[in-house]
Amino acid sequence: MFYEHDLPMTTTQERSFKAPVKRELVSNPRFSDKVFRKVVTSGGYVSLLILGLISLFLLFNGLTIFKSEGLKFITGFDWIVYLPEEGLPSQFGIGAMLYGTIVLGIIALFFGLPISIGAALFLSYYAPEWLKKPMVTVIDVMAAIPSVVFGLWGFFVLMPHAEYWAKLIHKYLGFIPIFDMPANAFSRSPFIAGLVLAIMIVPIVTSISREVFAQTPLDRIQAAYALGATKWTMIKSVVFPYGRGGIVGGAMLGLGRALGETVAVYTVLNLFYDIRIEVLLSAGGSVASMIVNKFGEASPDELKALMASGFVLFLATLAVNLVANTIINRTVRKG
Amino acid sequence: MTTLQRRVEIKPTKPWAPSFKDLLPDLFTFVITFVAAFATVGFTPLKGKLGFSVMVIIYAIVFSALLSLIRQDGKAAVNSITTVLVYIAGLFVILPLASILYEIVKRGIGGLSFGIFTTDMAITATDAPLTEGGLLHALVGTLYIVAIATLLSVPIGILTALYLTEVKGRGAGVVRFFVQAMSGVPSIVAGLFIYAVWMIALGNSYSAAAGAMALTILMIPTVARTSEEVLKLIPNDLREAGVALGGTQWRTVAMIVIPAARSGLITAMILGIARVAGETAPLLLTMGGADALNLNPVSGNSSALPTYVWKNFMLGTETSIQRAWSGILVLMIIVLIFFTFARLVGNRQGSSK
Repeated sequence: MFYEHDLPMTTTQERSFKAPVKRELVSNPRFSDKVFRKVVTSGGYVSLLILGLISLFLLFNGLTIFKSEGLKFITGFDWIVYLPEEGLPSQFGIGAMLYGTIVLGIIALFFGLPISIGAALFLSYYAPEWLKKPMVTVIDVMAAIPSVVFGLWGFFVLMPHAEYWAKLIHKYLGFIPIFDMPANAFSRSPFIAGLVLAIMIVPIVTSISREVFAQTPLDRIQAAYALGATKWTMIKSVVFPYGRGGIVGGAMLGLGRALGETVAVYTVLNLFYDIRIEVLLSAGGSVASMIVNKFGEASPDELKALMASGFVLFLATLAVNLVANTIINRTVRKG
Repeated sequence: MTTLQRRVEIKPTKPWAPSFKDLLPDLFTFVITFVAAFATVGFTPLKGKLGFSVMVIIYAIVFSALLSLIRQDGKAAVNSITTVLVYIAGLFVILPLASILYEIVKRGIGGLSFGIFTTDMAITATDAPLTEGGLLHALVGTLYIVAIATLLSVPIGILTALYLTEVKGRGAGVVRFFVQAMSGVPSIVAGLFIYAVWMIALGNSYSAAAGAMALTILMIPTVARTSEEVLKLIPNDLREAGVALGGTQWRTVAMIVIPAARSGLITAMILGIARVAGETAPLLLTMGGADALNLNPVSGNSSALPTYVWKNFMLGTETSIQRAWSGILVLMIIVLIFFTFARLVGNRQGSSK
């Protein structure tokens, strides 16, 4: 216990004091805490471990194919399997499938991105209060619909309509090479598969865009209105500049989904092992769908090639996702 | 001095709210748009619902722009055009979902009967009438894989979330980054991976457990990220109170943080289930697909609802496609039950805060 008269009274005395050493604010963790932290930390690293194992196992299984095919695996169009007794080397190339996958992604973004951004704007700035919650629920439900449902819906419901739209596009825009038709085969085209993918990526792109738009500083919005801006001028000059990075990231996240989608694409797309630039023609490609398509009756060699394709797909989607998340983290989830 | 106490009722006024008179031009535009679209479809070669919708969109843009141009100026016209476009985008988000749900119910309800929940397809021919056979085997398979995937992924997911929010180790940034990236791993790659490990390297056969392991990979990121969001919402005061009472970190987390976040963690689990219950591609590679009921989850070909749908769709006969739609209806009901349940649990936590 200290009383007042115990304390140093004069300044001279104060000077003679030595500053005490600062007390360590670190305690040694108890045994239980050490165990707890070890367990939680190892649990946290399981995801990293799984990602590492995925790339390791797929690479290991596909290694012989990468060695024998070399760069032709990425650029070649041929997928020819010879039995061992036929004595010819099998050829595996996923060039056409990679090209088809990218085309599908572009079509999906072409239709999906404007709708998603529009819907996010609608939810953030246009919709009446009572409509916002139900519509967010609708978007969440859409994100929960299994891909096989999208596939069957696309095949039985959307395809008849989409074929008609494709015929209209061909009729009026047929002079553009990509809308040209060498044969009268409008069903199961990249155009239709891209439409299904567009619907599938709308939920994720919309919710990311909405998250981005919510970050726009309110004072800037009000400043724009105070200067007499219309709603659109405000969005153009305040919301879009602030959210550009986030929208790009959301679009890339949607692209990642579109690249890896398997069952829905396989249902509505006719796989074709050559590059066709006509998007309305019933001939397209998708790496993921090809894996399911070939897996059932694959020979051991072919299985290795499928593993190699899976490895390429894994790396591509991982790269797209990493870039997308970096962009989104930088613009939206600061701190 | 006498004070006259008078209660003045002040109603909140909204002077900025548009009056009926202000809305009249908009109403006029609305009506004239539909009239013009009807007229166009009626008197020109343009026919059908598609023609009508396109004309409605075009007329809505033109008329609203014209109106703004007359009343105000060019900027207002641009604003009107974009407003119409944004509303259309909002409509385009709702339309596919409405169509999907409507078609599922319309096409699936025909094959639904009590019988399909009690029999499998073991002795049913592919084109047998709908009264024979059922999806019991698929239902049991889905139950198995979802249960096993939940048992495997929920502990890992919650540990990951705890690592990110409680321990905050040196690798937290990297782990968070890669968990985000992991949610973008294509489902087919998860299937291939399990095939490479479980079948090729370890020499096991097709089974429900293999399918469940593939789903685990897809479920971990959902559970981990949702749990992290939930744990972040737990106020730091609670943790400080726990430590101030002399609790170790372990006891603080186990006795205070996790109980406080319980309903949120359950939401995370259910959202994970809803995410994987409908996955198809990895199951095609790992479960083998069977027509008979297989009660053993760790060995033997088995089926799940998505693979049942897929198989019947690929068979392509009229009755098998009917079976596929009924399977989709059952699958969607299960997914939506989980989804609603997650919402209810999540909302209860939100309101009690």
